[in-house]
Amino acid sequence: MAAAAVADRDGEGARRRFGLGGVVLILLAVVALGFPAFVTLPYHRDLAIRILLFATLAQAWNILAGYCGQISLGHAVYFGTGAYTSSVLQMHLGVNPWIGLVAGAALAVAISQAIGYPCFRLRGHYFAIATIAIGEIVHTLAINWDFIGGARGLTLPIRKDSLLAFQFHGTKFIYYYIALALMVVCFLGAWHIQRSRIGYYLRAIREDTDAAQSVGIPVTRYKLIAMAVSAAFVSVGGSFYAQYVLYMDPDSVFPLSLSILVCVLTVVGGVGTLWGPLVGTALMIPLSEFTRIQFGGTGSGVDLLIYGALLTFVAVFQPTGLVGLVTRRRGR
Amino acid sequence: MFTVPTADVLIQGIISGLLMGCIYALIAAGLSLIFGLMEIVNFAHGEFLMLAMYTAFWMYTLFALDPLLSVPICGGVLFVLGVVTHKGIIRRILGAPMLAQIFATFGLGIFLRAAAQFLWTPDFRQVSEPWVQGPVRLFGVSVGLPQLVSALASLLAFGLLIWFITKTEAGAALEATAQDRQAASLMGINTERMFTLGWGISSACVGVAGAFLASFFYVFPYVGSLFGLLAFVTVALGGFGSIPGSLVAGIMIGVIEVLAGLFIAPAFKYVAVFAIYLVVVLIRPQGLFGKF
Repeated sequence: MAAAAVADRDGEGARRRFGLGGVVLILLAVVALGFPAFVTLPYHRDLAIRILLFATLAQAWNILAGYCGQISLGHAVYFGTGAYTSSVLQMHLGVNPWIGLVAGAALAVAISQAIGYPCFRLRGHYFAIATIAIGEIVHTLAINWDFIGGARGLTLPIRKDSLLAFQFHGTKFIYYYIALALMVVCFLGAWHIQRSRIGYYLRAIREDTDAAQSVGIPVTRYKLIAMAVSAAFVSVGGSFYAQYVLYMDPDSVFPLSLSILVCVLTVVGGVGTLWGPLVGTALMIPLSEFTRIQFGGTGSGVDLLIYGALLTFVAVFQPTGLVGLVTRRRGR
Repeated sequence: MFTVPTADVLIQGIISGLLMGCIYALIAAGLSLIFGLMEIVNFAHGEFLMLAMYTAFWMYTLFALDPLLSVPICGGVLFVLGVVTHKGIIRRILGAPMLAQIFATFGLGIFLRAAAQFLWTPDFRQVSEPWVQGPVRLFGVSVGLPQLVSALASLLAFGLLIWFITKTEAGAALEATAQDRQAASLMGINTERMFTLGWGISSACVGVAGAFLASFFYVFPYVGSLFGLLAFVTVALGGFGSIPGSLVAGIMIGVIEVLAGLFIAPAFKYVAVFAIYLVVVLIRPQGLFGKF
């Protein structure tokens, strides 16, 4: 009797929680889909596209760092791989950018495994430092590789608008919907991982690698899986970026600062949580734009001042990020 | 792709690599000390160096104090910065997950870099007329005098550091805390004070290195990124927590950098450094002298 009452109360709680969450989700979906109807300025559209792109990158990083605890500070490698693969294939061999996007993701996965297989022997700080070093090596090689344009970068030829050519000049909102779709797919991927067996394995590895190993979790294999998924999404983001901006150079797609930005967005929003990357990006990217408008763009770096302070503050006082603030209050 | 330098150039290069390596070693020693003590990597280490260089630069610009005379000032200022960092941030994250430990100091680094850029603009600045400047001829090889002085001073500071750790009572307490925090605390050592002291000394090391660097290297907000990255690599290569390891690794890196610049191309000198670091840690994850 009592058990039934408890079960009933639990069921009711779950329903109520779903009710609130469901309403929020539907609202979000309506706003996201209807966004182009409210916004006319290209600046705001561009801002929205970049928020969606960075939310994708942050979510992808979150799968590896947040769930699995492997802190990569070299994710720009996969972003640049995606951007350059689709573009170089297109320019040198005339390959369709959509196929290039898939090829880029495949190459990024291969690179991620080549990096991960040896580097996953390193733990914690050691792994983080190794990924910085790899990121810097790749960045320098790209600058000095003439075949892909070297330091001058690559400019993609402008084609007629079409979905097939992945270029839209008349209505740039198609880019918005592609970025939205990418973000949603990545989000759903993270959601699926979080509630499936893989998610539990990854979190077990994060909490205590030795314990996870001793209960029979193939630690390296699951780290590699997390790395592959993460690299693939980041690479697709890179290909999207290339098609959207139509220009790339090593300093814009391979820099350490990009790898770091992705971490900052996730950690401030809430690392290891499903909503953290999205919340962090949606707050921090506009914040950075705001300070740039207020203080002028060249060299003042006020946005980084705030990013750095927030990052330290969150790490010390609020390790679950902004999302943690909300869930903790609701849990009480 | 490969170019072969003449013997003269080669000897010259190796010597300047050795000198630079001594400075790398001093910067890395501080990082290694902290890690040995409490298993925390200070990702703001390079930015600490940048602040030391700016301290020396402003002392020169405002009070006409040569960087060599600012060495104790930079050491002192950075000692205080290290203590404040420990009291304000590090003390609170000692038992925290890896992620919080990494991003607490990482955020501090981003903050300090942006603060320097905000306050002092991204301009490259230079101490225009330092006491020691220009090259000297030594056994037929031309050597930069500031580099030579800095390297010798770094070795001296390194010797002092090792003397302090191995020969003094405070150093023994520091070492005991590094080996076993709990046992040290049972022996009546105030471990919290040791951590504070460790952070002070670690930062003072970069303070000294920064003052010397300022006499021959440009000062700008991002100068810490490169030196910081090299310091991480040096410490990881030498073995985290091993102070002699950071000396050997620092000198190795100084020489590799020059040789790669001579034999391959200057653009690839850090690629070579990072590649050799990766090869070593993949074979020996604990680094050359690390105990794990």
